Amino acid sequence: MKCTKCKGKAIIDLRRHNSGFCREHFIEYFENQVKKAIQEFSMFSPEDSVLVAVSGGKDSLVLWDVLLRNGYQADGLYIDLGIGDYSPASTEKVDQFAAQRDARLIKVTLSEDYGYDIPFAARKLRRAACSPCGMSKRYLFNRAALEGGYGVVATGHNLDDEAATLFGNMIRWNVGYLGRQYPVLEENPQGLARKVKPLIRLTERETAAYAVLLGIDYIVEECPKAVGARSHLYKELLNDLELRSPGSKQQFLYGFFERGREPFQDSDGVELNPCPQCGQPTSRDTVCSFCSMTTRLSAVAR
Amino acid sequence: MQSMPEERKVIRVFMTIPRRKEWEFRGRQSVAKILHQMKLNPESVIVIHGDTLLTPDDMVENGMEIEVRSAISGGNR
Repeated sequence: MKCTKCKGKAIIDLRRHNSGFCREHFIEYFENQVKKAIQEFSMFSPEDSVLVAVSGGKDSLVLWDVLLRNGYQADGLYIDLGIGDYSPASTEKVDQFAAQRDARLIKVTLSEDYGYDIPFAARKLRRAACSPCGMSKRYLFNRAALEGGYGVVATGHNLDDEAATLFGNMIRWNVGYLGRQYPVLEENPQGLARKVKPLIRLTERETAAYAVLLGIDYIVEECPKAVGARSHLYKELLNDLELRSPGSKQQFLYGFFERGREPFQDSDGVELNPCPQCGQPTSRDTVCSFCSMTTRLSAVAR
Repeated sequence: MQSMPEERKVIRVFMTIPRRKEWEFRGRQSVAKILHQMKLNPESVIVIHGDTLLTPDDMVENGMEIEVRSAISGGNR
């Protein structure tokens, strides 16, 4: 296969674009897609301070790398979740990435800063680990952004993540989630930071390829708590469809953004109040879900 | 006549996730054919050889070692 641009040897085929690229032109393509997403959805400008939520996985480290390489003011936020051997390995990858680039990294360690870790929370709350994990991350990302004066939080969600989420929400007709699914979640004056997904135009396969070609050392192993997650099943189904009909994932997701989302947007009218304990916004009448969880966990830990 | 070392006579393929596993194939063949034999969807993986990537139409030969790496990750970010 030859590079669509220079006719040199291609190192990746992109069937959805009916193209192949050599190393140099794939990197150019990838970074252009990130810049295009940032502009298309007015995510942020080069003057904005961006807080990148990093996990040590390929998507978040690639996102941080692309933003730094292209002159954006991007700091990283890492949460040590305390998951077996996985978290120390992830921490090492993130530390190494930040040190190599002299980038600013903010770290939160759940066990030290909040007195629990994810396995403990899952066990005591009798929930799947993804539940306290997701809630902790959403809360802490928002809090760190507001306290650090960042204009925007960027996450490594990509085209596959968002297509799989859309598929799952449509199967269950979660109309509230459908109304909220978009590459940009605007800031809310009641205390929610702006959230953006600059990898929205790129697949996971393209992100993994970029990481390998740029020598970005990410944690290849899957989070042990995510094994068997339903999102994996949806991604496999969508990739089976993509194999038979290239471009389907992109059409599915972008068609939703352009033509399918609007009727669901009014379903999302939730009023927020400050949590009486921490001051962060919550839709509840009492303390927020995070404070409620940490209070319960500190009670059972005594 | 000196015989070829044993490890040169096969194509070695390995994956590290979901767990470390190795395969051996014999004879010049395309990456697409190898992925097909492994029952893997080319949309879900990247194929690494040294510091570069291979496309489905690239040919691999005995003596080469390649890594097939899943590109799918999950859970929440």
